[in-house]
Amino acid sequence: MPPVIPSGRDLRLDLFRGLALWLIFLDHIPSNVVSWLTIRNYGFSDATEIFVFISGYTAAFVYGREMNERGVVVASARILKRAWQIYVAHIFLFVIYMAEIAYVASTFDNPLYSEEMGVFNFLKQPDVTMVQAMLLKFKPANMDVLPLYIVLLGGFPPMLWLLLRRSTLALVASVALYALTWRFDWNFPAYPNGTWVFNPLAWQLLFCFGAWCALGGAERIAPFARSRAVLALAAAYLVFAFAIALTWYIPHMASYIPRWFAEWMYPIDKTNLDVLRFAHFLALAALTVRYVPRDWIGLDSRLTRPAILCGQHSLEIFCLGVFLSFAGHFAMVEISDGIGMQVLVSVLGIAVMVATAGLIKWYKDVEGRKHGPRRAPPNADLAGGEA
Amino acid sequence: MKALVIALVIAPVLGALAAPASAAEESPCVATAGPMQADFPLRQVAAAIDSKHLAVTVVGTASSTLPGENGAAKAYPARLGEALRARFPGVDVQVTAHTKARDNAATMAKDMQQILAADKPALVIWQAGTVDAMLGVDPDDFQSALDDGLDVLRGKVDAVLVNMQYSPRTDAMIALGAYLDAMRYAAMQHETLLFDRLNVMKNWNDAGIFNLHADTKTIDVAEHVHDCIGRLLAGLIVDGVEVAKANNATNNTGAASPDNKDNKETH
Repeated sequence: MPPVIPSGRDLRLDLFRGLALWLIFLDHIPSNVVSWLTIRNYGFSDATEIFVFISGYTAAFVYGREMNERGVVVASARILKRAWQIYVAHIFLFVIYMAEIAYVASTFDNPLYSEEMGVFNFLKQPDVTMVQAMLLKFKPANMDVLPLYIVLLGGFPPMLWLLLRRSTLALVASVALYALTWRFDWNFPAYPNGTWVFNPLAWQLLFCFGAWCALGGAERIAPFARSRAVLALAAAYLVFAFAIALTWYIPHMASYIPRWFAEWMYPIDKTNLDVLRFAHFLALAALTVRYVPRDWIGLDSRLTRPAILCGQHSLEIFCLGVFLSFAGHFAMVEISDGIGMQVLVSVLGIAVMVATAGLIKWYKDVEGRKHGPRRAPPNADLAGGEA
Repeated sequence: MKALVIALVIAPVLGALAAPASAAEESPCVATAGPMQADFPLRQVAAAIDSKHLAVTVVGTASSTLPGENGAAKAYPARLGEALRARFPGVDVQVTAHTKARDNAATMAKDMQQILAADKPALVIWQAGTVDAMLGVDPDDFQSALDDGLDVLRGKVDAVLVNMQYSPRTDAMIALGAYLDAMRYAAMQHETLLFDRLNVMKNWNDAGIFNLHADTKTIDVAEHVHDCIGRLLAGLIVDGVEVAKANNATNNTGAASPDNKDNKETH
């Protein structure tokens, strides 16, 4: 029997996805003092984990109901359509990136950086570069998340099918794929060299775990996740991760880490979603779920409204964030990279993200009214789904 | 909010750690470079200095040299040689630079044996990372290349790894993170010193010592940057030698052998 998918909008998903989008934006602006606020500096995991988990949760929530109500074919087709939209968004961002990099390449010269200028070499072969970008093999720095998302959604229909029938088996399959990926070093090839920065075969674990939670898994593990022992363990792990993170910024402290332990722990592999990162995300999630209940009063507050709004239009705002981080870096290079400018760029960027999310909501409302009572089909942006 | 509090707590700690450096009577570029001290001893270098002949080999890519006719003479390997000669008068210091613009770490690791045979250095300064990051070499492969190269050196030759330059214009275009981590990890695992060039240059940029954004065809700033890097590297090497001497002295004292009386002077 298909699981009962909880109804009603869970604004926490919107809130945390919105916050994750802000953090990703801040992290993508290099040498930005405001990015000290982002969680990657205080532990192993970062906003990417939050984004991927919530994306999996949302996808299962929306398309799971669709698959139950309208069948496997319709739901799969809609998932693939979504993947296509994200692909188009990615290529659009790539064009903007190319414009920026071509401008910098033609206007910047400095004998100190003759080596770094090599990064512009791909401009000499636009034929190869463009094709490789369309194949998702050539991915400029900081443009790795959407390709990951595309592949995750592309592979999602069979996973969702299995999750709806045998959810535990589906989760076991996901863990098995993760384990095999680690064991045999599987990854997708990249251009001109190497492999994907976010290995979809490893990161699918988080996406599927999110989906599993959305389809009743969260309720099943709730008693366990809310137990005192687990909460204490989660808190202890976060403190431990924070202590380790301190050693990255205060090199003297690194000498307190026993050598054997450091050798066991490092490198903490982001590409393949290191277990330490996954555990760090779980610990954060356990504490968050405990202290931010579904009916948390703050979710109605005006303070959380901007982040919730961004989280509700995540694809558009994600793309905008990537663009704004390019633009912000560009402004810092061309005008000033002082601390004042870093703060200004960060604050302005988030303000533009919020304003755009508001505008998108307005468009959707207007279009909804025009179509009268017929409601647009739910889409995966609506984190809580439509009630 | 919590993050902000933590950041506020960390900032003064970092500041306090950096303070001793700024107290030193040095040129601004040295003073603002940030904390720089040797975590591991440079035993071979210490022995070479005792024998009055120190051969240093720099293995690197384009950022270990400068363009132009006088490029090599003004680049940090030559400046390092100068600084070491000033610091160790009476010691014959030879610095040989092997720079190939497009070599990745794997190629350099392969050449390491041959370079050792040719130069017979006591110290190899190995600058890497930028080419691998630009090519998008798998960070795991980058790390194994570092392992291979450092394995060749192990026990025979001291090593200092030098990471990437800080390049604000291309900062958003070259993803250095995984490669920086790999270098830090390799340095730790092989008990090798790491000269954090990226951080040093970032500190200079933040302190306004050098304008690293400048769009310029002139080479003055580049030469100054290399001169300072050479001097800082020399400082790190001196520190590594001190650590080696201190370690020797402790070991000898610990052994309490009458033969070691002379060595106690190094305390």
